[in-house]
Amino acid sequence: MSTYEPVLLARIHKEQSHTLDSYLADGGYESFKKALGMTPVEVTTLVKDSGLRGRGGAGFPTGLKWTFLPKDHPGPIYLAVNGDESEPGTFNNRILLEKDPHQVLEGIAISCYAIRSNTAYLYLRYEYGAAWRALQKAVAECYEKGIFGKNVFGSGFDLDVRLHRGAAAYICGEETGLIESLEGKRAWPRIKPPFPAIEGLFRKPTIVNNIETMACVTQILKRGVEWFKSIGVPPDPNNPRDAGSYGPKLYCLSGHVNKPGCYEVPLGITARQLIEEYGGGVPGGRGIKAVVPGGISMGFLAPSELDTPLDFNGPGKVGCLGLGTAAVVVIDDQTSMVDVVYNTARFFAHESCGQCTPCREGTNWMQRILHRIRSGQGRMEDLDLLLEVSGGIGMMPGTTICGLADGAGWPVKNAIRKFRSEFEEYIQSGRSTIKPCELIGAH
Amino acid sequence: MPTVYVNDQPVELKPDERLNCIQAAQKAGVEIPHYCWHPSLSVVASCRMCLVEVGDKKPDGTVAMVPKVVPGCQTPVKDGTVIVTNSPKVQAAQRGTLEYLLLNHPLDCPVCDQAGECGLQDFSFKYGRAYSRLAEPKNQKKDKPYIGDQITLFTDRCIMCTRCVRFTREISGTAELQVVSRGSGEEIDIFPGKPCNNKLAGNVVDLCPVGALCSKDFLYEQRVWWLKGKNSVCAGCSTGCSIRVDQNKDVVYRLKPRSNPLAQGEFMCDEGRFGWKYIHSEHRLKFPMQKLPAGITPVSWPQILPALRQALTEAAKRAPEKLAVVLTPFMTVEEAYLLCKFVKSLSPAARLFMTPAPVVGEDDSYPKDLRGQAAPQPKFTIRAEKAPNRAGVELVLQHFGGAVESLDAVLAQVSQGTLEAVYLTAGSPEGWITEEQAKSLAKAKLVIVQDLLDSPALPWATFMLPGTSWAERDGTFVNHAGLAQAIHRGLRSPGDAWPDGRICFELAGRTGIFHAPTIRQEIAGEIPALAALIVGDLGDEGIFLKSAGETASAAGTESQVPVTGGSRS
Ligand SMILES: Cc1cc2nc3c(=O)[nH]c(=O)nc-3n(C[C@H](O)[C@H](O)[C@H](O)COP(=O)(O)O)c2cc1C
Ligand code: SF4
Ligand code: SF4
Ligand code: SF4
Ligand code: FES
Repeated sequence: MSTYEPVLLARIHKEQSHTLDSYLADGGYESFKKALGMTPVEVTTLVKDSGLRGRGGAGFPTGLKWTFLPKDHPGPIYLAVNGDESEPGTFNNRILLEKDPHQVLEGIAISCYAIRSNTAYLYLRYEYGAAWRALQKAVAECYEKGIFGKNVFGSGFDLDVRLHRGAAAYICGEETGLIESLEGKRAWPRIKPPFPAIEGLFRKPTIVNNIETMACVTQILKRGVEWFKSIGVPPDPNNPRDAGSYGPKLYCLSGHVNKPGCYEVPLGITARQLIEEYGGGVPGGRGIKAVVPGGISMGFLAPSELDTPLDFNGPGKVGCLGLGTAAVVVIDDQTSMVDVVYNTARFFAHESCGQCTPCREGTNWMQRILHRIRSGQGRMEDLDLLLEVSGGIGMMPGTTICGLADGAGWPVKNAIRKFRSEFEEYIQSGRSTIKPCELIGAH
Repeated sequence: MPTVYVNDQPVELKPDERLNCIQAAQKAGVEIPHYCWHPSLSVVASCRMCLVEVGDKKPDGTVAMVPKVVPGCQTPVKDGTVIVTNSPKVQAAQRGTLEYLLLNHPLDCPVCDQAGECGLQDFSFKYGRAYSRLAEPKNQKKDKPYIGDQITLFTDRCIMCTRCVRFTREISGTAELQVVSRGSGEEIDIFPGKPCNNKLAGNVVDLCPVGALCSKDFLYEQRVWWLKGKNSVCAGCSTGCSIRVDQNKDVVYRLKPRSNPLAQGEFMCDEGRFGWKYIHSEHRLKFPMQKLPAGITPVSWPQILPALRQALTEAAKRAPEKLAVVLTPFMTVEEAYLLCKFVKSLSPAARLFMTPAPVVGEDDSYPKDLRGQAAPQPKFTIRAEKAPNRAGVELVLQHFGGAVESLDAVLAQVSQGTLEAVYLTAGSPEGWITEEQAKSLAKAKLVIVQDLLDSPALPWATFMLPGTSWAERDGTFVNHAGLAQAIHRGLRSPGDAWPDGRICFELAGRTGIFHAPTIRQEIAGEIPALAALIVGDLGDEGIFLKSAGETASAAGTESQVPVTGGSRS
């Protein structure tokens, strides 16, 4: 086990860790004060230099994103903080918000200052009731203490942080879906360009960042660029487009492991290390059939791929979509991949916003084909059909507006490519693993 | 000149032209199939029917292609843009989108109103695959028979292009339609208790590329391939929407707006769309009649026209200043001209009047905001002036020295004996003269009524000439902005009714046949204000009588009058 000392999660086990008093006692909001002593451009440059990449899924360099805002914009500019956290297997935002909301709020304050925004919206998924209450309390405390509001710390900088609770939909996490939802509309992702940095919330320049990204910003200000860059994986010299995978990451480990949980470790840990060193292995000493590297939309690692480093580059090298949210789900060898993929397909068919024809119909079709296979009615040609549909929908082939469709297709095509013989055997056997209760809900 | 290459074919753009790929391809005569995109609505790029490959031609001639397909509707073109619409990659994408669209589609074309003019049929035939690979039962969604008074929804035929939703949000501003539910369970619906009954609602049926939203008025009336369409102009108000009249065997089944940027744009209002039923009224006049000593008798055209000419000639000799022709803003420029010219040839002292256009309420502009206030820059206006050609007839009237007079004022002159012979032309098909008003005609020595419908004036008529509706005649209407558009004869008239232009032409004793473009040219030579008609053929969009700067003043209002009533027996 490595000797890494958690930073982002350092406070979560403390008594009353969510309160402002406890946070201030640990030197809270000093980083914000430090930022206020710098110019916004200096703060942006600092974040850019740290190599911080967004923790929400796409891994876009955070500082670089901030520089896309129009220069000398008269304002308002908005920060929209993405707490929709709906990717199956992902719960790090929840822990941060429930246990250490001020760390996130401080990051928000610093980021707002850096991008010259006086208003941040924090969009929280509906199901996070405890996080919602913790946030409401924390924001109120900040207003009370003059950390938010007019002229914070006498700096002349005004800051408003508003909380918004979503109505439970995965698509509200897509950045432009989130913006539409914040505007009170149906969360149908927007077509781009214009990108949110040019025209976002209320048609004003907007930066969308993840909760964990905000927490990282706090720590970068507190500990400096060198600290951040001393953790993680530097850019691959053979890949000029790799921006590196620096910093700590909150890996969410779940599924068939003895000790599921959210583990803070340096980016680049392998799936095997995570499962064995942190998760305590698979219950009953069973074998691993597959591992989800970063949320179900990223696909699957086969047992031979468990030494893949879970940094921003690693999963892609073995045919996965990417690191995603770093939600690692372990699937043991007693589990049918047909069932796993069916469950995945059902999720995406249910969550497709329904705007783009290929996603709306394709996700539903995949679910129904898989349902048919699971009812013992599969045909061999279904596998190629599934590959065709899963490979044809998404932003990458250009057939959809947002990345949900890519994420819906990826696990299906990964599973069939990597576990084809299991699917073939399943179809040939004509057996059914549908439980009676599922039949009631099935279309 | 900026140049775009569509399937290797160069297309030149005007320097300030801002087009998307669909439009640029259109210029090259290449079709990029599309559903959700519509020139008057915002771009959503969601149907994914218009996928194409694009690239950039560098000055050195090399082409850098984008490595994936992109929606043509969302992709603007600029100098050097390369568009490929027929590569295997594009064809695969088109086949894919169509397969998805048809996956859960009921394919009930045999009973679907849209069949024959259906975007799904057409594009599937051209770009789709011949069979479906769906092995599961199709989704079924409940039909929604009450989307509005005129609109019904066949829910499972919907392809979720959201054109209808965007129309009610962006054009009418009324926002009755919305998408409910998610993913493939999605449906178009109204808010409970808020049906889509706005004054532009019928347009959503036209916008719907498939047979999902249907017009209750047209539902199951006809197969569209039986219909024959003729371009015309709606006679409902002075906006003068460009339309097409669809008929079969001389029965009108529907009106459809035609795109005309010079007139109304893409749409029409429901008043016009459904307000044509009088064309097939049982009160249509079918045969010319003359009041003879033996009573009111049907007389053939070859007999009645010379008799009428004779009667008018005598009236003009006897007391020309007591002879009057009463024009209305419902007639064409040609009819007004022929009649004025004829009567003035009998005697320059003969009098000419035009009754004012009926005015109902105020101009009604869209989109409207929540408070019902029209947007500062309206996208559609239903005009208060409920007649198609006030501006045109007025110009003729002015040229021949006539005056705008209310019907009451004219009838008062009859009562006072200052008018002895009156030639009344058809006013509003909704009714233009009351029983009470008609009684004044008792004093006249000679009353001619040229109308398409029975009216209280008829019992007093010495000569009754059965004319036709606007859908049955050729001629010119000039709209509120001075745009002269051609109407065309789309169907034959009932009985022995004649198009009014022909009546006026033959009454004047002219030889040959009434041909609107020829008369237009004659008018252009004689009336300076109508000189623009010299082209004869006005094309599909019409022409402005005055150049852009002058048009503003053309929209006079002195000859409008609020509707005071009038009834039809
Ligand atoms: C379908 C879909 C769902 C997403 N859900 C989330 C989410 O729940 N939380 C999140 O932070 N980002 C989510 N994202 C990524 C966001 O679009 C966006 O990239 C991210 O919030 C940017 O923040 P970051 O740069 O800090 O990562 C989602 C993206 C897609 C395509
Ligand atoms: S890809 Fe799917 S989820 Fe994303 S906008 Fe299109 S339909 Fe909606
Ligand atoms: S909408 Fe088109 S394809 Fe569908 S049933 Fe009607 S005609 Fe056929
Ligand atoms: S009802 Fe017609 S116009 Fe409306 S979304 Fe469906 S297909 Fe499109
Ligand atoms: S027309 Fe372009 S996506 Fe629908």
